[in-house]
Amino acid sequence: MSEYCLLCHRRYAQRMSWRHLLMLKQTDVLCHECRCSFVLIAGDLCECCGRPFDRVDESYRQGELCIDCVRWKHDSTWSGVLTKNRSVYVYDAFMKEVIARWKFRGDYALVEAFRTDMCREFFRHFPRNSILVPIPLSSARLYERGFNQAKALAELLGLPILDALERFDSAKQSKKSRHERLETDRVFHLRSDVSLPAGASFVLIDDIYTTGTTVHHAAKVLRHAGAVDISSFTLARS
Amino acid sequence: MPSNRTSVISPQKHPHVSSSELLAFLAGKRFLLDELPFPPELIQSHYEHGYLSYQEGIVRTEHGYQCMRCGNRQVHLFASFMCARCGKMCTYCRQCIAMGRVSECTPLVISAFPIESTVYEQPLVWNGALSKGQRQAAEAVTRAIENNEEWLVWAVCGAGKTEVLFPGINRALELGKRVCIATPRTDVVLELAPRLQQAFPSVPVIALYGGSEDRSKQAPLVIATTHQLLRFYRAFDTMIIDEVDAFPYSVEPMLQYATEQARRETASLIYLTATPHQSWQQEIKRGRRKAITIPARYHGYPLPIPSFEWCGNWRKKVKRGTLPANVYAWIRKRIQTGKQAFLFVPHIELLQRVVSILKPFDHRIEGVHAEDDERKEKVRAFRKGEIPLLVTTTILERGVTVPNIDVAVLGAEDDIFTEGALVQIAGRVGRSAHYPNGDIRFFHYGKTRAMVQARRQIIRMNKEATERGLLKSP
Repeated sequence: MSEYCLLCHRRYAQRMSWRHLLMLKQTDVLCHECRCSFVLIAGDLCECCGRPFDRVDESYRQGELCIDCVRWKHDSTWSGVLTKNRSVYVYDAFMKEVIARWKFRGDYALVEAFRTDMCREFFRHFPRNSILVPIPLSSARLYERGFNQAKALAELLGLPILDALERFDSAKQSKKSRHERLETDRVFHLRSDVSLPAGASFVLIDDIYTTGTTVHHAAKVLRHAGAVDISSFTLARS
Repeated sequence: MPSNRTSVISPQKHPHVSSSELLAFLAGKRFLLDELPFPPELIQSHYEHGYLSYQEGIVRTEHGYQCMRCGNRQVHLFASFMCARCGKMCTYCRQCIAMGRVSECTPLVISAFPIESTVYEQPLVWNGALSKGQRQAAEAVTRAIENNEEWLVWAVCGAGKTEVLFPGINRALELGKRVCIATPRTDVVLELAPRLQQAFPSVPVIALYGGSEDRSKQAPLVIATTHQLLRFYRAFDTMIIDEVDAFPYSVEPMLQYATEQARRETASLIYLTATPHQSWQQEIKRGRRKAITIPARYHGYPLPIPSFEWCGNWRKKVKRGTLPANVYAWIRKRIQTGKQAFLFVPHIELLQRVVSILKPFDHRIEGVHAEDDERKEKVRAFRKGEIPLLVTTTILERGVTVPNIDVAVLGAEDDIFTEGALVQIAGRVGRSAHYPNGDIRFFHYGKTRAMVQARRQIIRMNKEATERGLLKSP
């Protein structure tokens, strides 16, 4: 059987095995070469933010935490806001290009390439009764892109999605330094028509975890609204 | 001196139109609404006055969809998503997405006015002389441009086909025609642009390729790669497609579509090639395609004819870390006499093996392939004479011209060596008037049809050149 790879558009022969036939397992939408270019996050991770220790210098580590998480923990305004973060892929040059094509060029269909790994990794780290909260875009950005990438990712997981948040400002996060990002208070607010179910576990969904600022801000809004257990799950992290 | 030709829009009737920056930006082009750096109200008011119009970006067809920008009709290169703009399931094109997303709810914008043209008086400033063969072809090209016809120029490697275009482009510019040269590769754009600018100093020339800075400029003489052509619409009166056989098979339908959209309906179409596909050769033979050949090189010496040499199961030998004895002998002779050479091999994996076999022989021997980061440096070092033998895949089959070299192909029977590829490879030899000869050898493990046809094509060209009196008398 021959298909076109979703990423490189070349024809490729799908690797069929008895498992595919007997368990009706989904065959891959990518060719073998493209699939091998995705690097899954694995090995020894920071207990809190899921950063892989083998990709950073030893000096970044303090016990089971990375120094960024130690900083978050020591800051009284942020301590305990986010339970943990987990991410699927290493944000390397390849991933950067894939995400750029998907999100900025707007090739929505690429979301299918993430499905299998997203689902498997999610259920390894989070319970089945989680409620997903995608990080929202400003309305201007949503119009520009045509879709919210975080929501597209959340939709892969097949769990209830709660659009609880809305964005205040429109200045681009990616252009700011870590310090600036920490300074900009109040990025999100709770939507007026939303009330959070009590005692639920919330998982924020986003595409990239860089400094963790975005998800911390979002988590704080949920915490103020009464949520207790808030984690985050992203497609990639640096 | 350039002078403006009376255009279709008369400024008296539309006083604010002639000065519109938006219309100047759109002239001869087709853009997505998002690509226009103008406020939406301005675009809308131009639309309401009928100065510009919207085209659907994605059109439904009998069997699916077509992208109106790149012509894509392949089902697997369309996808749909819940669009935040139109609030519906919206289909978009994945083929040309690198240039911004064309979807069902994003229109393409075109100007309602034809692009203005400029007349130049004798813009060609060039002192070079054309060979007899070049002159005959140049006359045919000029006539085709005057009469808006479609012609193919079949010029052997080293015939000097760029100069053949000069008189035709000159005539086009004198007639106020806008000219576009499309080529498959960025390096050709970069090489051609300064040569044309030098030949036509009074004419603005722009070079368009991925990442070039000329993108929003307008000029009567444009050199572009296929993708860049996609932003043009009804812009050119003369389209020249360079190395028409070298466009990757996958972009061929897109190139054809882009050419159709970028040219005016009546525009002339000139194809240049050294190695037309079999189907075109047949059409020429039967008189169904207008073509002119330049069978001789500009220096007037005949093309070196490839010789075939059986070399046994060379793949097995390479696996064992050695080469067939006659291949070894050929290489040894070049290195001993100090004559530089190319050795073509079919694939990258083989290339690396062959290079490691040859390194102990002479450590200066290098290999080069498409994904090699040091490709340019190695070719430069070869030109300087620092590398005695360069092992290469088919990437050096075109364009690279080094005087006084010999060329061998190891495994000429491989599928990758088509008739066209072999003719191009043979065309690397004897390019300079000082060294018009050289050895071109196909080492093989079983002759193929492509090899035989390539040799036949070269012999036929030499024969035609003799008959037409284009060769230097011995």
